[in-house]
Amino acid sequence: MSFKIVASQCTGCSACEPVCPNVAIYEKDGVFIINPKKCTECIGYFDEAQCMAVCPVDNTCIIDPAQPRYQPRA
Amino acid sequence: MQERIAINDKLQQINVAVAGSASEIAAKIAEDHNGCGTTGSSGKSSCGTGAGAGDLAPEIWEKVKNHPCYSEEAHHHYARMHVAVAPACNIQCNYCNRKYDCANESRPGVVSEKLTPEQAAKKVIAVASTIPQMTVLGIAGPGDPLANPEKTFKTFELISKTAPDIKLCLSTNGLALPDHVDTIAGFNVDHVTITINMVDPEVGAQIYPWIYYQNKRYKGIDAARILTERQLQGLEMLTERGILCKVNSVMIPGINDQHLVEVNRAVKSRGAFLHNIMPLISSPEHGTVFGLNGQRGPTAQELKALQDSCSGEMNMMRHCRQCRADAVGLLGEDRSAEFTTDKIMAMEVNYDGETRKAYQVEVERKRQEQVTAKREELAQLAGKLSDIKVLIAVATKGGGKINEHFGHVSEFQIYEASVEGAKFVGHRRVDLYCQGGFGEEDALTTTIRAINDCVAVFASKIGGCPKDTLKQAGIEPVDSYAHEFIERSVIAYYKAYLDQVESGEIVHQAKGDAEIRQGAYVAA
Repeated sequence: MSFKIVASQCTGCSACEPVCPNVAIYEKDGVFIINPKKCTECIGYFDEAQCMAVCPVDNTCIIDPAQPRYQPRA
Repeated sequence: MQERIAINDKLQQINVAVAGSASEIAAKIAEDHNGCGTTGSSGKSSCGTGAGAGDLAPEIWEKVKNHPCYSEEAHHHYARMHVAVAPACNIQCNYCNRKYDCANESRPGVVSEKLTPEQAAKKVIAVASTIPQMTVLGIAGPGDPLANPEKTFKTFELISKTAPDIKLCLSTNGLALPDHVDTIAGFNVDHVTITINMVDPEVGAQIYPWIYYQNKRYKGIDAARILTERQLQGLEMLTERGILCKVNSVMIPGINDQHLVEVNRAVKSRGAFLHNIMPLISSPEHGTVFGLNGQRGPTAQELKALQDSCSGEMNMMRHCRQCRADAVGLLGEDRSAEFTTDKIMAMEVNYDGETRKAYQVEVERKRQEQVTAKREELAQLAGKLSDIKVLIAVATKGGGKINEHFGHVSEFQIYEASVEGAKFVGHRRVDLYCQGGFGEEDALTTTIRAINDCVAVFASKIGGCPKDTLKQAGIEPVDSYAHEFIERSVIAYYKAYLDQVESGEIVHQAKGDAEIRQGAYVAA
């Protein structure tokens, strides 16, 4: 139920941190991490995942295949 | 024809100055107290920024005269620093790749370390206490300052509390600018630079793959349309509030080179006071879209031709060094390695406004000396009529003098001499790192390639061996002006050159083009 940030590609630019509507993104060791428990893939907020929309490196903010897709409550 | 009339006007002015009393001459010097004080075909100063009292409103000149990035003359005497507090960006440019950062790499958008606003404020105060020339603090990235508004404005707030004499400025892509104009005005930021590479979305789509605006990623023409609207709106809002705006444009041959003439008109009509057209920095190893797809940068002649074609429209800037977003020092030197975060945090800092002021008084005295020397020599050209213009490369360590050994130069200053006087037209790097394709060449060949369009090179000393090679390349090695003022020497050389052409001793020939080295400059 979450996006993740590919650490090896993250530039640490911090652009994603303030645009996350769930305050799910934080910095650790110079790169940014998404807390999967908080991420809603921006469903219910925006048409597109904000971290992915603002990230300067392609394919760095991606759906985390290890997590089940987010299910909005009915 | 127009040019001839302008030259005659200028000669008349000079004659008046020569014929006038000493006090009139002094007044003329004070009034014309800019980098080169020459008059271009539009009847205004055409040196460097052209930013001189002669053609700028007095209140604008007052604001820019000590600003190294804006006044061509001030950049020899005053220093600026950039603090990298703004890592995030809201647009993607094809000439930028934020992943790339190495110690040898020097170009806008690249930094070695990011700072918090608190660290940045301490760094600024520490640098200002160590380097009294430091009068300007800029926030230019490495992303966009206005995509990080909290960090940017917190930094301004902290600095303006401790060091209110330091001028604050910022450099933005303009997308978020209209939202922050009032805050910028509130912090007394009196200089803002906007990078505007196009006013036509069709052109923009080739430069910007996307923008992030109002929680959405826009691509292609839609992105460029929003960006240009926001940039021009922001520019208008700033100039309405009396905040000085410079416009930066990156010249990308085949994409926006012709179009920048239109950009120049658009920004001038909206009140920008200075236009800085910079060459594209593009190499495969930078990992940018343009670097990887082989998009070339302009040659020295192409860049100068475009700058010249816009200079009739407005003041052009020619001394930009495309500094890193964490640069420290005079333009043309980078002392950031002396001020890393570790060193700063360990420093005891005592901000001493008085020492700084005393230094700045001394600088003003030296500037006056330089202006006087140039003016005296210019009077010698009175009565000369010629269309001949020549470029001269100058080796200098600063202070407006020819005071660097030819073999030690990492960057030449280029002056154009004509009957209008000496005009600074740019820099040529000849430093040795990142040679970008000429790896096997010796340093002298690289140097000749960089100044191939010059008729002469001035240095404090030139060895016998390079002298011969320079002569073979058609560049006259001159060390007889050692430790003299640059502009005075350029004019004296030009006068002798004209005399020799007149007497048939030499034949004036147009010179070839020269290379622009890739990347911003870092002193060795």
